[in-house]
Amino acid sequence: MKKVLLLLALFGVVSMSSAQLQLNGAGSTFDYPIFSKWFDTYHKMTGTEINYASIGSGGGIHQVTEGTVDFGASDAPLTPEQMSDFTKAQGTDIVHIPIIMGGVAITYNLPSVGQGIKLDGTTLADIYLGKVTKWNDPRIVKMNPDKNLPDKAILVAHRSEGSGTTFIFTSYLSKVSPDWAKQCGTSIAINWPVGIGAKGTEGVAGVIAQTEGAIGYIELAYAKQNNLPYCLMKNQAGKFVEVNFNTVSAAAAGAAAHMPKDLRAVITNSPGKNSYPICGFSWVVIPKDIKNREHAQALVKFLKWGVTKGQENATSLYYAPLPKSVQKLDLEKLNAITSNGKKL
Amino acid sequence: MTNAKVFQISRFLKTIEVELVNIRESPAEIQNFFKKSDEKKRSRFLKKILGDKNLGDIVFERLTLLFAVLVFLLVLFMAWEMYSNSELSINKFGWKFLITTTWDPYAENFSALPMIFGTIVSSLLALIIAVPLGLSVAIFLAELAPAWLEKPLSFLTELLAAIPSVVYGLWGIFVLVPWLRDVVEPFLQNQFPNSPFFQGAPYGYDMLAGGVILSIMVLPIISSISRDVLKSVPDPLREAAYGLGATKWEVTKTVFTNARSGILGAIILGFGRAVGETMAVVMVIGSRPQITASILKPASTIAGALANEFSEASSDLYLSALIELALILFVITIIINIFARLLVWGTERRWK
Repeated sequence: MKKVLLLLALFGVVSMSSAQLQLNGAGSTFDYPIFSKWFDTYHKMTGTEINYASIGSGGGIHQVTEGTVDFGASDAPLTPEQMSDFTKAQGTDIVHIPIIMGGVAITYNLPSVGQGIKLDGTTLADIYLGKVTKWNDPRIVKMNPDKNLPDKAILVAHRSEGSGTTFIFTSYLSKVSPDWAKQCGTSIAINWPVGIGAKGTEGVAGVIAQTEGAIGYIELAYAKQNNLPYCLMKNQAGKFVEVNFNTVSAAAAGAAAHMPKDLRAVITNSPGKNSYPICGFSWVVIPKDIKNREHAQALVKFLKWGVTKGQENATSLYYAPLPKSVQKLDLEKLNAITSNGKKL
Repeated sequence: MTNAKVFQISRFLKTIEVELVNIRESPAEIQNFFKKSDEKKRSRFLKKILGDKNLGDIVFERLTLLFAVLVFLLVLFMAWEMYSNSELSINKFGWKFLITTTWDPYAENFSALPMIFGTIVSSLLALIIAVPLGLSVAIFLAELAPAWLEKPLSFLTELLAAIPSVVYGLWGIFVLVPWLRDVVEPFLQNQFPNSPFFQGAPYGYDMLAGGVILSIMVLPIISSISRDVLKSVPDPLREAAYGLGATKWEVTKTVFTNARSGILGAIILGFGRAVGETMAVVMVIGSRPQITASILKPASTIAGALANEFSEASSDLYLSALIELALILFVITIIINIFARLLVWGTERRWK
């Protein structure tokens, strides 16, 4: 009996503390590390508690469409079909807020060659199409006159599961190679012409680490943390650039000038001398009009903090911060959020 | 949850409510029974509805019946739920879902055949490796091993079953795959240079790796069940055989023949486990939905594709195709189990 009373008392405490404002989100696993850091900091600062389920971008989009969470997070922008589904279900439009950026490194295993093989987009696409099969292919040799490339078969590695990283990577290949665009397209998961599928970033990195001659695409954070060699990619301006936080932010700044109104910008192969071509935004998606005024205010306040102050945390967790120009666009979007038609 | 579903559930709740109201309102007898505190009347009433049975027995019987029915209903409900959620894909692709060979999430063109192929072939590979091994282990443990060796050895084989599948997967990536790539696969290609089964550059992430991992995982099932079955063969049979002057080999053969239906069951159970296994296979099989004769090429299984693609699948058709995959896996498992039952019955009857 005592135990029961104790349990009841505990339950009472829990339910009392949950009377505090709580926001719920779900979606991208890519965003999870920085989100959990943000939520913790923000909770200590303001007392607002935010729960996040990192169930994958697809799941996040579904949940926000069904209205079970306050916000979703996705590594790929919603398709027009998904947007109209949302409007139908929630009676208001969906707003995309670029929240953080990620770069995709092209990493490989050639112990005899070392860091910094130079590649351009069409060659990379042809490697993934199975047309370029050897490391000493004349096209690769021509770009790397200073390197002694071996007569080794290229093993292509890719993600086996649907992933935002794959979306960014395939959107780049589609932009630079008409063949790729026609045969494979841009998506979080595709029908790969060649190669081995591995689960998760660690899986892809594992295949590459074990197989001499392998090539693969992985998140910038993972490549940096594990000191993997990566390719210098030729950008739109014709320069070979390394992948790092500056070149990724430069790509966003380069794209900011031509940003579409809804901020659903896929910024691969973006202009600018220092822009790294394979990178992208991750988005938080929220309804344009939020019924619960209290939630709306708290959510918008948090997002405003995230896209400005929060960006300072980004590089320590190996994300690339949003450039100032994009932060400004985000704030404009957030200021336009309403609750039941009224300004917040 | 769609509106239609919400509507269905609310309608279901409504019927329950109506039932409850009926119970509360209709049989006046029951109401009176609880109102009146007449002891005699009450016992007479109880006798009338219970007969000679004990009230506790009846409650017990009904309760177990209820749970048995619930389990059955749960299976039906799952099947129905999967069917209704995959209707989009069933309507769009029809039988083509089972006979074409493309799985293209971008073009939204889906077909299950490569995954069905991968599931069946990797599981059969696993059986080819695990059955001789598992049966040898079982025969040794049940018939030949001295008592001091039998206990620890059986414990160790059963321990194999307790290892989580993701641990097998990691072991696969770091130990099995390099070994297959550097030793086994080059050897196979040298021995059988023209065999269609060993074509292509050996990278270690392929159907063979999936089959080998699965074989290790089903080995404890096959060996421990077979051992139990062999042990349950009555000792007089062995004694009689020895008495007739049979050798150890001949005795074992006799015992084995006696136990074959159970052993068949063990093998099929192992096959069932292999068909549904997910994590370890995904980590080594290379996840590539294709149909080739070569077991040195990457493949994909149904359970693997579900684990890989479900969380990020965003379009309705994609999701519904994945659920249809799950439905197919469900049906395959049921078919395997029915098949196993029939086999076991068949051999039992022949023996009797």
